Amino acid sequence: MTALWRVALMGRPLFGRMALAVLAGVAAAGAAIGLTATSAWLISRAAERPPVLYLMVAITAVRAFGISRGVFRYAERLASHDAAFRVLSRLRGRAYARLERLAPAGLAEFRSGDLLARLVEDVDGLADLWLRVLIPYSIALVTVTVAVAAVWLLVPAAAIALGASLLFVAVVVPIFTIRVAHRGERHIAGARGELAAATVEVLAGAPELLVAGATEARLADLAAIDRRLAAAESQTAAGSGLGALLSGLAGGAAIWVGLLAGIAALRGGSIEGVALAVVALTPIAVHEAVTGLVPASQHLPGLAAMAGRLLDITSRPDPVAEPVVPAPLPAGPYGLRCRGLRARYCPEDPDALVMPDIELRPGERLLMTGPSGSGKSTFAAILVRFLEPSAGTVELVGSDRSVDIRSLSGDDVRRLICLCAQDPHIFDTSIGENVRLARPGATDAELLAALSAAQLDGWIESLPDGLATMVGEHGARLSGGQRQRLSLARALLAGAPVIVFDEPTEHLDEGMAGSLVADLLSATAGRTVIMITHRPELVGSTTWATRVELGAGQAIEAASL
Amino acid sequence: MALGLATAVLAVAQAWLLATAISSAFMGGADLSNLRTTLAALAVVLAARAGIAWAQEWVARRCSASIKSSLRMHLLRHVATNLPGLESGRASGEVVALATRGLDALDAYFGRYLPQVVLAVVVPVVVVACLATADLVATLTVALTLPLIPFFMALIGSATVSLRKRRWEALARLSGHFLDVVAGLPTLRVFGRSGAQLERLERVTDEYRRENMATLRVAFLSAFALELAATLSVAMVAVGVGLRLVDGLMPLQTGLFVLILAPEAYLPLRQLGASYHASEEGLTAAGRVFAIIEVTDASESRGRSRHRRGGRGVPAPVLVAAASGRVSGGGAVPEMAGAEVRIEGVTVKQPGRGLEAPFEASLVVKPGQVVAIAGPSGIGKSTLIDVVLGLRTADSGSVRIATADGRSVAVESLDREAWHRHVAWVPQHPYCFPGTVADNVRLAAPDATDAAVRDAMDAVGLDDLEVGARIGEGGSGISSGQRRRIGVARALIKDAEVLILDEPTAGLDAASEATVLAAVADFARSRNRAVLLVAHRPAALAIADCVVSINARSAVPA
Repeated sequence: MTALWRVALMGRPLFGRMALAVLAGVAAAGAAIGLTATSAWLISRAAERPPVLYLMVAITAVRAFGISRGVFRYAERLASHDAAFRVLSRLRGRAYARLERLAPAGLAEFRSGDLLARLVEDVDGLADLWLRVLIPYSIALVTVTVAVAAVWLLVPAAAIALGASLLFVAVVVPIFTIRVAHRGERHIAGARGELAAATVEVLAGAPELLVAGATEARLADLAAIDRRLAAAESQTAAGSGLGALLSGLAGGAAIWVGLLAGIAALRGGSIEGVALAVVALTPIAVHEAVTGLVPASQHLPGLAAMAGRLLDITSRPDPVAEPVVPAPLPAGPYGLRCRGLRARYCPEDPDALVMPDIELRPGERLLMTGPSGSGKSTFAAILVRFLEPSAGTVELVGSDRSVDIRSLSGDDVRRLICLCAQDPHIFDTSIGENVRLARPGATDAELLAALSAAQLDGWIESLPDGLATMVGEHGARLSGGQRQRLSLARALLAGAPVIVFDEPTEHLDEGMAGSLVADLLSATAGRTVIMITHRPELVGSTTWATRVELGAGQAIEAASL
Repeated sequence: MALGLATAVLAVAQAWLLATAISSAFMGGADLSNLRTTLAALAVVLAARAGIAWAQEWVARRCSASIKSSLRMHLLRHVATNLPGLESGRASGEVVALATRGLDALDAYFGRYLPQVVLAVVVPVVVVACLATADLVATLTVALTLPLIPFFMALIGSATVSLRKRRWEALARLSGHFLDVVAGLPTLRVFGRSGAQLERLERVTDEYRRENMATLRVAFLSAFALELAATLSVAMVAVGVGLRLVDGLMPLQTGLFVLILAPEAYLPLRQLGASYHASEEGLTAAGRVFAIIEVTDASESRGRSRHRRGGRGVPAPVLVAAASGRVSGGGAVPEMAGAEVRIEGVTVKQPGRGLEAPFEASLVVKPGQVVAIAGPSGIGKSTLIDVVLGLRTADSGSVRIATADGRSVAVESLDREAWHRHVAWVPQHPYCFPGTVADNVRLAAPDATDAAVRDAMDAVGLDDLEVGARIGEGGSGISSGQRRRIGVARALIKDAEVLILDEPTAGLDAASEATVLAAVADFARSRNRAVLLVAHRPAALAIADCVVSINARSAVPA
C-alpha cells in the first residue's frame, strides 16, 4: 500500500484538476441525495394540505436537483478522464526517464520481451488508480460526511446507524472482498499456472505434435488441467458474491434503523412529522452513492502490485556513475588502452570478464573471440559505459592526451565509441527511419551508402516502397539476417571513430558472413574497430592487429601480431 | 430470470412497507409497537434483497467458469490443429494470454453485465405494473420516459461506436509505441537518441489525450441523457404526486409508495450503463477468441477448397475436425514402400516481406537417399518443409508422392493425419514436454519398448542420458544440444518412410555432430528411407547424396 501511496503522489501537480473532478462528483451525488430528501419532504408536507405557495420552494428545488445531477455527473466524467490522461502522460514520462538511466545493465532480467511488456502495461494500468479509486473515494467521502451531518441535525441515532453502515460498506466490505478474492485466487493459482505452462509448451510444439500424431494426447492432458481449473473456480464462486450480500445487508440496516429511530423521535417529539420521511428515505440515496466503491476497491490489489513492480524498477541505483564535471574530450584520432580490466554483475559473483591488457592505436583492429559466457559482450558494455568495471581502466587515447572513459560523460563516450549490439532493437517504423536514428540529419544518399556497405542495397531497391517500407513490430517482416544487417548499416551511418561489432555474423550463413565482414572492414577503413565473434573462421585472418581470446572467466591470450 | 423477478417483487414490497410505516406513524399516530409486524416484514424484505444479490453473483460465476472452460479448450484445440500462426507469424504469446488471463474478463461479463440485463428487462415491467395500481399519472410519466433511455443509449451509442473503436485502436497503438521505445532503449542510448524520445513520448500521449477528450465529450452524452431522463422524471413524479396530495386526490401512503418505487424502475438501467465497461472487456476477449478461430477457418477454406472441398460456410467445429483428419475427405495415402517424394516448382509468397521464398523449388528424394537443401537464411527452406508436411499450401507447384507402381498423388490431396503417419520431422527447435526422457522420445511411437528407446538414444550419442531422467518445464534439465538429439531420436524411432530434418546439428560440437549424421545416413541406407536434410555446415552436406540449392525472388509489384 505504501507503493500505491508513493505512486499516487506522482500525480501531485494534477491535484487541482482532480479536485475539480471531485467537486463535480460531489455536486452530482449531492443532487441525487437532495432530490430524494426534498421529494420526501415535499410529499409529506403536501399531505398536510397547505396552500400550494408554501410548497413552491421545495418544488423548484426538486426540479433543480433533477436536472443538475446529470449535468454535474457529465462534468465529473470529463474532468476525471482528462486528469487521468494527464497522469498517464506523467507516469510514462517519469518511468521512461528512470528506465533511460537504467538501460540496459540495470534491466538485465528484462531481456525477455514479456516482462518488459508487463512493465509498460503496469505504467498504463496505474492511471486507473485515479480514475477508478482515488477520485470515486474522495467524492464518496465528502458526500457521505455532509449527508450524515445533515441527518444528525434531525435524528442523531439515525445518523449513527447511517454512518456506521457507510463505513462498513466503504471500508470493511472492500477489505473483506479483497481477502476473499485473494484466497480464491490462491486456490486457483496452482491450476492456472499449470495450465499456462502446459499451453505454452503445446502451442510451441504444435506443428511437431501434429506431424507426430500426438496432438490429441497432449490436448487431453490440457483438458484435464482445464477441468481442475474450472472446478476450482466454481468453488470460489460462493465467496465472490459475499460483497454484494454484506453491502445489501448494511444498506438495509441503515434504512431500517433510520425508520425506527425516526418513528421514536417523532413520538418523542424531537422531530416534526414531515421530517420522518426525510430521515427514513435519505439512507436509500446515500447508499446508492457508495455502491460503486466495492467494485472500485477490487482494483486495489492489482494496482498495488503494479505500483510495487514499477517502484522496484525506478528505485534501483544507476548502474554507471556519471562524473560530476565531465572531462573535455581529447583530440582525435582515437585509440584505446585497457589495463587490468575486470567486471562482475554482483559483488559476490565470480568475475564475468578478465581482460588482458591491450593497446589499440588509431585505425587498428582487434579481434575478440571466446566461448559464450567468457565476457565478450560484457567488454562491449563497458566500452560504451553501460556497465562499470569492477577493476582496471579503459582509456581513450587521443593525439594530445589520454583520458579514463569514466571521467567523460556517457553520451560523449558513446558519440566516439559506437556499439553494434548482438540483439539490436528494430523499431516499428520504416527501414529509412530505423537507420536514420543513428544520425537524424543524414541525407538519403548517406543512408543508401550505409545500407549498401551492409549489403542491403539490392534488397531495398527490390522493395516497392524502398526505404519507406515498414518493418513491423520488432522487425517481424525482416529475416534474421536482414535485421542484423540493418543494425550494421545503422552503426556505419553513426560515423563514430571507434566501432564495436558484437557478433555481426550471427544468423548469417558462411558465404554471406564472409562477404559481409569483408565489406564491413572496407567501409570502416581508418576507424578503430573491435570485432567480437565466437566464429573466428568467418572473419578472415589478415587484417587484425591484435587478437584476444577470452576463456570462461579468464583471459587466455593476447597476442600482438 | 427467477432471480430477476424476485428482485422486482422485493423492491415493490420494500416500497409498500416503508410507505405504510411512514404514513401510519406520521398521519395515523402509530408508534413502534403498533408497527411491529410491518417493521419485521421490512427487515425480512431488506435481508432477502441482499441474499438475492449474492445468489445472482454465485450462479453467474459458476456459469462463467464452465463457459470459459469450453471456450478455452475450443481455442486451444483449434490453434494446435490448424496452426494459425504459421503463415501470419502471430505470436503464440497472445493465444496463451487469451487462454489463461484474457478469458477472465468474461467473469465480469457473466457476473455483472448479463444479470443486469435481465434486471433491466424484468424490474421496470413489474414496477410499472405496480405503479399503475397506485397512481396512473405517475405511471404514465415513468412508462413514457423509460423507453427513452434505451432509445438514447442506442442512438448515441451507434454514433460513437466507430469513434470508440478508433479510440481503442489508438490506445493500443500508443501502448505499442511506448513499449517499442522502452524495448529499444539500449539501442537509442548507443546513438544518443534516448533523451529526444522522452519529449516525443509526452507529446504523443498529450496529443492522444486531446483527441480522446473530443471523443469522450460525445461518448459521455449517452450517460448524460440516461441520468437526465432518470432523475428528471423522478423529480416530475415527485412534484406531480405532491400537487395531487395537496388537492386531496390521493392518500399519503400511496404518494410515498410511488415516490419510493419510481427510482427503482430506472435503477437497473442506470447500473447497466455503469457495467457497460465490464461487458466491453468481456466481449473484446470473446471477440479475440472468435477472431483467431474465424481467421484460420477463412484461410483454411481458401487454401483447401481448391483441392479438397468447397470449404466455405462450413461451421467452425466441422472445419476443426476436418483439419485434424477425423472427418474423411482427404485422399488415402498410397503404398509408401519404394515411393519417391517429388517437389515440383514449389513457390510460396511471404506476406509482408515482398518475397517469394522458396521460388520454384524442385527436387526428388528417393528411398535410401539423403538429399540436402542448402541456401542462405530467409530463402524459404523451413517454409518448403512446411509445404511437404502439408502444414502450409504452396502458391504454385506441388509436392507429390510417386509410388513404386507408377502412381503419383499430390500431398495436399491426402488426408493430413494419415500422411503424418508416414513422415517424421525434426524441427529446428524440437518440442520437449515435462516428463521422462523416454516419454519424450516416445512422442510419435507411444508403443516403443524401453530397449528401442535406449537404442535410438545411443544412436544419436545420448548414451550418457538416463532413459528415466526428468525433463522439467520449458525443457529445463537438459541442454539445447541434448534437446536437438532427443528430437532426432524421436524421429528415428517413429521409423517413417520419409524423414525430414531441419538443421539437426546446429549448436552441436563436432563429435556429436558426426554421431548424429552417421545415425541419419545409416537410417536412410540400411532401412531404405527417403531423407530430406536442411543444413548449413559442411559436415552435414558431406553425408548427402546430392545437395539442392533453392532460391527466392522478390515478388513482382501488383
